[in-house]
Amino acid sequence: MNELYIIAAGSMVAISCGLLGCYLILRKMAMVGDAISHAVLPGIVIAFLIAGNRDSVTMLLGAGLIGVFTTFLIEFLHRKGKLQSDASIGVTFTWLFALGVILISVYAGQVDLDQECVLYGEIAYVPLDLWILEDGTNLGPRTLYVLSFVLVGVVTFILLGYKELFLTTFDPAYAAAIGISATLWHYLLMGAVSFTTVAAFESVGAILVVALLIAPPATAYLLTDDLKVMLLITVGLGVVISILGYYLAASIDASIAGAMSTVAGLLFALAFLFSPSHGIIFKKQIAEPTPDALSS
Amino acid sequence: MNDLLQFLSFEDPNTRYVVTGTVLLAISSAIVGSFTFLKKKALVGDAVAHAVLPGVCLAFMLAGNKNPVYLVVGAFITGWLSLVIIDQIVARSRIKEDTAIGLILSTFFGLGIMLLTKIQHSGNAAQSGLDSFLFGKAAALVGTDVIVFSTISIILLVVVFIFFKELTLIAFDEDFAKSIGFPVRRLELVLTTLTVMAVVIGIQAVGVVLMAAMLITPAAAARFWTDQLKVMLLLAAIFGAFAGVFGAYVSYTAPAMPTGPWIVMIISIIAMFSFFFAPRKGILYKMVKQRRIQKKIRDENILKMFYQLGEVDGDFFSSRTSDILAERRELASGQLSSGLSRLKRHGYLKSEHGSWQLTIEGKNKGQRTIKLHRLWELYLTQYLHIAPDHVHDDAETIEHIITPELEAKLEKLLEYPDVDPHMSKIPYES
Amino acid sequence: MIQQVDNPVLEVHDLTVSYDKKPVLWGIDLTIPRGSLVGIIGPNGAGKSTLIKSVMGLIPLGSGYAELFGKSLDEVRDQVSYVPQRGTVDWDFPASVMDVVLMGRYGKLGLFSRPKKADREAALTALRQVGMETFVNRQISQLSGGQQQRVFLARALAQQADIYFLDEPFAGVDAATEKAIITLLRKMSDEGKTVIVVHHDLQSVETYFNWIILLNTRLVASGPTEKVFTQQLLQETYGGKLTLLSEVGNLLKKGEFPNREKTI
Repeated sequence: MNELYIIAAGSMVAISCGLLGCYLILRKMAMVGDAISHAVLPGIVIAFLIAGNRDSVTMLLGAGLIGVFTTFLIEFLHRKGKLQSDASIGVTFTWLFALGVILISVYAGQVDLDQECVLYGEIAYVPLDLWILEDGTNLGPRTLYVLSFVLVGVVTFILLGYKELFLTTFDPAYAAAIGISATLWHYLLMGAVSFTTVAAFESVGAILVVALLIAPPATAYLLTDDLKVMLLITVGLGVVISILGYYLAASIDASIAGAMSTVAGLLFALAFLFSPSHGIIFKKQIAEPTPDALSS
Repeated sequence: MNDLLQFLSFEDPNTRYVVTGTVLLAISSAIVGSFTFLKKKALVGDAVAHAVLPGVCLAFMLAGNKNPVYLVVGAFITGWLSLVIIDQIVARSRIKEDTAIGLILSTFFGLGIMLLTKIQHSGNAAQSGLDSFLFGKAAALVGTDVIVFSTISIILLVVVFIFFKELTLIAFDEDFAKSIGFPVRRLELVLTTLTVMAVVIGIQAVGVVLMAAMLITPAAAARFWTDQLKVMLLLAAIFGAFAGVFGAYVSYTAPAMPTGPWIVMIISIIAMFSFFFAPRKGILYKMVKQRRIQKKIRDENILKMFYQLGEVDGDFFSSRTSDILAERRELASGQLSSGLSRLKRHGYLKSEHGSWQLTIEGKNKGQRTIKLHRLWELYLTQYLHIAPDHVHDDAETIEHIITPELEAKLEKLLEYPDVDPHMSKIPYES
Repeated sequence: MIQQVDNPVLEVHDLTVSYDKKPVLWGIDLTIPRGSLVGIIGPNGAGKSTLIKSVMGLIPLGSGYAELFGKSLDEVRDQVSYVPQRGTVDWDFPASVMDVVLMGRYGKLGLFSRPKKADREAALTALRQVGMETFVNRQISQLSGGQQQRVFLARALAQQADIYFLDEPFAGVDAATEKAIITLLRKMSDEGKTVIVVHHDLQSVETYFNWIILLNTRLVASGPTEKVFTQQLLQETYGGKLTLLSEVGNLLKKGEFPNREKTI
């Protein structure tokens, strides 16, 4: 049963991250996603200090807002400060992450976070952290509720905003020209990434969230030319990664999140090499696109 | 305080080791990082830093101990490998560079974490302290470690020195370098190797997770102070060294604390300070400059007003009250009076019983501004074919920026015209 | 030679646009009559793309304004269509031809609504007009340059707008596609639509367009082709930048001057 809980938690994290990650990689914002997942750490610590526990929704909100703030800060350094974009990202997230780690070590007593666990989480605790009501009813692992909430949120966001996200990702100039604000959807997307990384933090930690944001979408990108299929493949990969990662970690007694990332990387490698449409082994055999046919 | 003095006296040989080591590591990262920064490949350093973790772990697993040489070799191999893989992914598939970097960064690191936790769970006593590679522990820089890492650090700096000209060129303009026959690929290899090496030794002090900051942040900070590469490198090195010393100090007072976050904190603060306050490029500086320009524009406009009133009256030097001035042009009363006072201070106006008059300098300045305005209007109508009723706003701005050299060119080009498009006379200096 | 018209479909008034504090367009004043096929001509960096982008609201204006059908862009957006340069988009994106052309309908759809049958019909019609109806489900990564351009054009056509802005639609496109496109544009112009094209090839200007805008940071000329496409005006356009203007532009940039004085 515990296994199931852990794998379920892992799958939900992987799916939420993967779905959003599809848009991140198509927008060439993979590293901004990386930055956000690091930058939320001080927000989490501060929220922890204020709220006193990790249950509150306020933690999710407050820390998530820091993620959006990070996006602003990166833009600010780049636009106003004229700092090149890669350095804007690098300076911002390292600073915020360092801040987070310092806060953890300084407030070690009051904050139930371990500075190494923030890197790779501890998903194995999921079955142990139970949501028990005042009357003693055991509703099961608390984390699963939080993650389901986030997953539903992410899916709803993508469904409702499907065509706006599609357009602003593919051609932001045309979007602006027909009156759809690319900026708005950018911040909405980054906001969604923020909240998801905060929720995922506990289970898989900062760095591994990045693996789940990027690797499954990148793998799916090599397997299909249709965005809808890409999103579905990412979901499937998320579940597979979670299952395989769990058993890999169990067999060698190592971090589950670390194992999940490793599996994600291996799956990508397989796609990179063997994808029927884009794998390098088969690429030579794919016909060149037909030369421009004459039309009336 | 006592601690600080004790620390700075460097009496304790351990302190000397740690400080020397940390400073050298910081300097070599800052300098090598400056080149990757200039090539706009700053985040690649992040990928390398994360990618060395599995190498360190594998080396440990194979060697059975924490011999620094083995760890360095292991780290170097996976670090290098990560860069090769990123390149291959970008070259051979439609995956874009940022995705490749993030992918390799996180999956290699994940592998590293998996191995690290496996080692930790295996109960091998020799592994304690291996996790200090995550966030760095300058205090661990003792004895032979320092010698190894410091030597490597110095070698790095020497190599940079030898290849300085070449590295500068490929950082600045790769295509040009290729066109004049530079072996660009080989130089890229040199830079790549330097970067990986700098990371491998730097993680001792700062750790894997925050290593990127040691490559990027000193360079970013230094960039705001200068446009000259040599100065930038020097500043980056100084900033890095300073942060490094601070990290060593933290290790001295609280040996259990990871030093990485503190070093990064300091260098980030230095960077933020640079972004805001550096002269010419700093954000605050630019804001102040804007303010100054606004004042100059306002002052010149006030003098213009006087001149124009003088054109109407026939008398440039008669007294005007601030009410009459306020009527002529919309100015917030506060701005008008501060402008008037400023102009008086600088000798362009004099005042008497609450009314104001131009001095000779004031008249000349107002006259020149009007002249430039009218010349520019003429230029716009003649050379840009802009309608006469559209040129006024443009001239209102440009009249404040034309230098005497441009003024001369403008006059000559328009052949010393008498009137502007609105038939107002163009005043030349008598 | 700047000809102004009454009841213009596009009016640009005293438009100044800067990039990085340096003026790229200076004081542009022009009007375009409805139904023209307009070519915007000028050397590289003359501000041709910038002109369209600023009319489309993609770039902030330093001063001046642009009006379409006598109104601001926001009021008439669904009547205005835009075909950006092909290179601005990543053609590796996982989308089909139909997906892209349907985007032209998004302006008419609300926030949460899905494209309906009528929208698909409009998309198919547009594809037929550019001769790409057999490519409906093809992935865009498999298209050649000319095909990509046609898809972009179809997207704009699907909007069923009245005025079309095209940015270098003939760049890197084979001769057959170019011919197909210009035939289509002429047809649209005959039907009373206004088509404004940033064009880079002087050889074809005279045959393609009936109205020409000559641009080199400032407006050199705007009017019917026979009146504007003259040796003298072309020389003025291509004969290098106005040095004085450039120098002032540099001063504005170096001194970080505000481009237009707000009423101070």
